[in-house]
Amino acid sequence: MTGLLAIENLDKRFGGLAAVQDVSFEVAEHEILGLIGPNGAGKSTLFNLINGVFKPDRGRVMFRGVDITGMAPYNVARAGLARTHQIVQPLTAMSVRDNCTVGACFGRDNLPLNAAQQIAEEAAVFVGLGDRLDMPASQLTVAGKKRLELARALSAQPTLLLLDEVLAGLNPTEVERMIAVIRRIRERGVTILMIEHLMQAIMSLSDRIVVLNTGQKLAEGSPSEVANDPIVIEAYLGDPELAAEFRGALA
Amino acid sequence: MSELLELQGVEAGYGDVQVLWGISLKARRGELTTIVGANGAGKTTALRAAVGSLPPRGGRVLFQGEDVTRLAPHDKVARGIVLVPEGRQLFAAMSVEENLEMGAYSARAQRKFDKCLNEVFELFPRLKDRRRQIAGTFSGGEQQMLAIARGLMSDPEILIIDELSLGLAPVVVHQLFNTLKTLKQSGISILLVEQNVHLAFALSDYAYVMAEGKLFTEGKPVELAKRPDIRQAYLGL
Repeated sequence: MTGLLAIENLDKRFGGLAAVQDVSFEVAEHEILGLIGPNGAGKSTLFNLINGVFKPDRGRVMFRGVDITGMAPYNVARAGLARTHQIVQPLTAMSVRDNCTVGACFGRDNLPLNAAQQIAEEAAVFVGLGDRLDMPASQLTVAGKKRLELARALSAQPTLLLLDEVLAGLNPTEVERMIAVIRRIRERGVTILMIEHLMQAIMSLSDRIVVLNTGQKLAEGSPSEVANDPIVIEAYLGDPELAAEFRGALA
Repeated sequence: MSELLELQGVEAGYGDVQVLWGISLKARRGELTTIVGANGAGKTTALRAAVGSLPPRGGRVLFQGEDVTRLAPHDKVARGIVLVPEGRQLFAAMSVEENLEMGAYSARAQRKFDKCLNEVFELFPRLKDRRRQIAGTFSGGEQQMLAIARGLMSDPEILIIDELSLGLAPVVVHQLFNTLKTLKQSGISILLVEQNVHLAFALSDYAYVMAEGKLFTEGKPVELAKRPDIRQAYLGL
């Protein structure tokens, strides 16, 4: 399999902490790949390694057959790989339209301003912010800011979109709406790699799931394969042996 | 009155982000009640809403049948609602003894200081031996013991423990659960958040499973342990 994105044996340490250890997997064109794992598993670090925020200590990131390991984030965006952030990062004093225009100007195509604005407006409308184009980003609700984060990434016209917890903090209705938007993005031909803690949502959205735990890849497979994998269940529910020993000691 | 502490439809969150979407649960007198659930399920937020360090936006918190929703955390401590927070939150530069004194800050606790201190030293002889040692120099397991001991110095009606075993070695986890068992046998009421579901179920009288800010299910651990859908609360499938 030659994926759109191939991560090969990535390592990243922060001092004594091995945040990501020997992680490899591929993302196939047009798929939605879900990245799950307990807090501190290394999911966001992996995103930062993929889009160049961090340089890995070892391993390679291949995007569309090109080695982008350690490439600066703005060049990664130019190559067609955009991302959102778990903690939304709007340019607060700027309007929704201008936020998205920034995304379009620094995205896959080197667009002149008026063309960038055109793309930006389309992206904002697409995520449901069409009625708030001139609103300063600071005045958006949490759900609105999450949508803006997505619209700005889409404005870059990416081939691959990395979504870092775009559903977190949304109410159940907003979650449903956002899920529909994500499905439509994929229908437009964009490949998606997403981190999410809302398990029902990610299990239903994803074609495949990769599970990280303490920096290592624990499992990979279809949502049902992963959810039935004893190693994954142990990572989430705890070691049953510990309880068995404890019960034994009590008896 | 068997319900000691009760949450009724509690809603809470941080800034614009709502975390709890109406949580109802009860901790009964003399029992060990456990809340389990995946990361981000809202367990800690539920405890913070209960003790008042995060005031609920909706719903009610009842203590011994009385509405205490709007009481400040220190007023709740004075009534015996005591939290052992996640990550211990000890006074790292202070000695064991000084940390224990901080636990006995309320007038209620000061009246019983000597009695509580004796009980705590009986439960944790190691703390007595090392009463002058600086808390920050302790191992993780010892710090957790000290955090529980500090909580007990508040003379709790209910001891609320957030993540007893997180990040600790199996042998230390065993010690702590044995301590918990001793505490339970002494009749103290406990509300526990614990990441190891199997361990929590082994000792609890009653358990609540949370997922995505709501209650997923509840029941006696022996019954819950047989149910395949507990996995759903963690893995969504």
